[in-house]
Amino acid sequence: MANYLLIDFGSTFTKLVAVDSVESEIIGTTSDFTTVETDISEGYQRALAKLFSKIGKKIEFEQVIACSSAAGGLKMAAIGLVKELTVEAAKRVCLGAGAKVDLVFAHHLNQSEIKQIFDEKIDIILLAGGADGGNFETVVFNANALGKAGIKIPVVYAGNKSVQDEIIEIFEKYNMDGHICDNVMPAINVLNITSAKEKIREIFLKQIIEAKGIKKIESEINKVVLPTPSAVLEAAKLLSEGYLEEPGLGEIVIVDIGGATTDMYSICSSSKRSDVIIHGLEEPFAKRTVEGDLGMRYSAPGIVKSLSEREINFINKDKGVDIVNEVNRRYANVKLLPENTHDEFIDQFLGEMCAYRAMHRHCGRIHEVLTPMGKVFNQTGKDLSDVAYVIGTGGVIINSKHQYQILRQTTNILHNPSELRPNDPEFLVDHNYIMAAMGLLAKIKPLLALKIMKKHITQIRGNQNEISK
Amino acid sequence: MKTIVIGVIGADVHAVGNKIIEYTLTKSGYNVVNIGVLSSQEDFINAAIETNADIIMVSSLYGHGEIDCRGMRDKCIESGIENILLYVGGNIVVGKQDFTEVKKRFIEMGFNRIYPPGTPIDEALKDIHADLGE
Ligand code: B12
Repeated sequence: MANYLLIDFGSTFTKLVAVDSVESEIIGTTSDFTTVETDISEGYQRALAKLFSKIGKKIEFEQVIACSSAAGGLKMAAIGLVKELTVEAAKRVCLGAGAKVDLVFAHHLNQSEIKQIFDEKIDIILLAGGADGGNFETVVFNANALGKAGIKIPVVYAGNKSVQDEIIEIFEKYNMDGHICDNVMPAINVLNITSAKEKIREIFLKQIIEAKGIKKIESEINKVVLPTPSAVLEAAKLLSEGYLEEPGLGEIVIVDIGGATTDMYSICSSSKRSDVIIHGLEEPFAKRTVEGDLGMRYSAPGIVKSLSEREINFINKDKGVDIVNEVNRRYANVKLLPENTHDEFIDQFLGEMCAYRAMHRHCGRIHEVLTPMGKVFNQTGKDLSDVAYVIGTGGVIINSKHQYQILRQTTNILHNPSELRPNDPEFLVDHNYIMAAMGLLAKIKPLLALKIMKKHITQIRGNQNEISK
Repeated sequence: MKTIVIGVIGADVHAVGNKIIEYTLTKSGYNVVNIGVLSSQEDFINAAIETNADIIMVSSLYGHGEIDCRGMRDKCIESGIENILLYVGGNIVVGKQDFTEVKKRFIEMGFNRIYPPGTPIDEALKDIHADLGE
């Protein structure tokens, strides 16, 4: 008998998933409010008590593993040289490591930008700039600027390798917490995620979780291994690729609509076509994007912000609501749970908007160039056309009575030929909210995690013609 | 090692000459950053900034070179690489125009070296050596 307990210390809820490895089954799931302001173990103990009463007895766990996005998650600043190149590469590395990228800076840093690093209480800085052998003046300037300003938080250097030695000297001169890794963009348009991502995770484990009040609980659990989004990314990769003899689902997209952000994950290659010319920075096979202005509560106002007056009027008339008032109500009360059909209706609508917009930003673009030999296509970003499954997770999708309506927003419903959205995917839902937990379990028991995901991440609720293609 | 950014500008897909240029310049001892066909002015400039390039060498084969290259020097100035050398060659304008006129227009646009159709890249090599003080 071996039971595992997986914990996700979320910004609002601490979620528990208990797993029985012999039966390859979930024993139970519970949650309670995260109590990071006082003592994180209070909320955990309450959730655990709920779990035991649900099962009807106390059980022992072989291992207890946790991920965390409590206390603001892992907050990072990404610094590079050119927006489309090293800045974008640095940003992707941070997102791939499960961080929230609160600040993004290009070229020489100025004092007001450095001040923001302090004000925003950034946890880790990723400093990039220059291809190997290329521009070095800017990173050296920026490292000096950070040093002079008295930055003491960890700085991960992942820029031009030719000035590593100078950067190390600057780190030493100003007594900084500097870390050196491989360049995020060693050559033009080449993306190198691994080294910097591993370094960020290492620092997260050694230093950040302590600062976030999670260390307090270490006596009760075995370890905190990952930031939550990074656990979801691990789960998504496993579910896509499979493990040993157990096949995966192939190429997938995951949409996770939360209170503060909408996260989108795609596990697929950039393109399978031979008639396209791909432009821009290389795309990661497992890609995560985060929309900080699209969310159901904290970020609800962001959903209407980009709408014009006319669009808002149209929505109000079409849906018979006051949408601005509704998003403000949700922003003012982030713990609001839908109490009636009206609230449900608004949440459903906001969820649909988040899914549509987040995909708009995540997917690639294609443009035709005409030649006498026929059409040639110029592509930037990832082509998701052939993705087999779009999987929904997060409260609004899991609780929705019309899951199909939210998930179909990720496809090309407006028939915009330039957006490379999924064409005709099947829709699945993470009904028991287990993806982050399975990403943790994947670290020790990948086969078990995969089997449980395949059993529990299943068809959407809804009528038959919505469910089957 | 000196760095040269090469590519084919605009909606131009002529890919063969671009590969030959990459081969020749690499063999001649340069760090060649090839951004390929269908490249915008911004693609050239961004690559040049990140790689600290010495020369941007623009190819245009399909005849729209003048439109595609307009404003490129200004963007270089805005981007802080005002001193970079700009070369252009291929079949930069349509048909058989008087090349001294064409050259004049490209000089006004801020290009340093302008090559008529059929100029092999080897011929440009001596200019590269001269311009880079080699
Ligand atoms: C093959 C070809 C195509 C192929 C390209 C396939 C591909 N993916 O590469 C296809 C069929 C797609 C094509 C399409 C078109 N083509 Co075409 N194509 C040619 C052709 C026959 C050969 C080009 C080639 O590969 N040459 C061999 C390489 C090695 O030479 P190169 O490209 O000239 O490059 C060398 C030099 O120019 C020089 N060079 C290049 N850049 C630079 C830069 C510097 C700084 C220097 C010093 C030197 C230099 O060095 C290179 C290496 O030695 C030429 C005609 C010709 N014989 O040149 C027409 C030609 C280039 N095409 C032409 C045209 C008009 C087109 C089209 C607009 C329509 C059409 N009428 O066919 C479309 C445009 C498509 C697009 N959007 O780009 C015209 C251009 C006319 C002009 N500029 O006045 C040409 C000259 C044919 C003609 N005489 O009408 N084309």
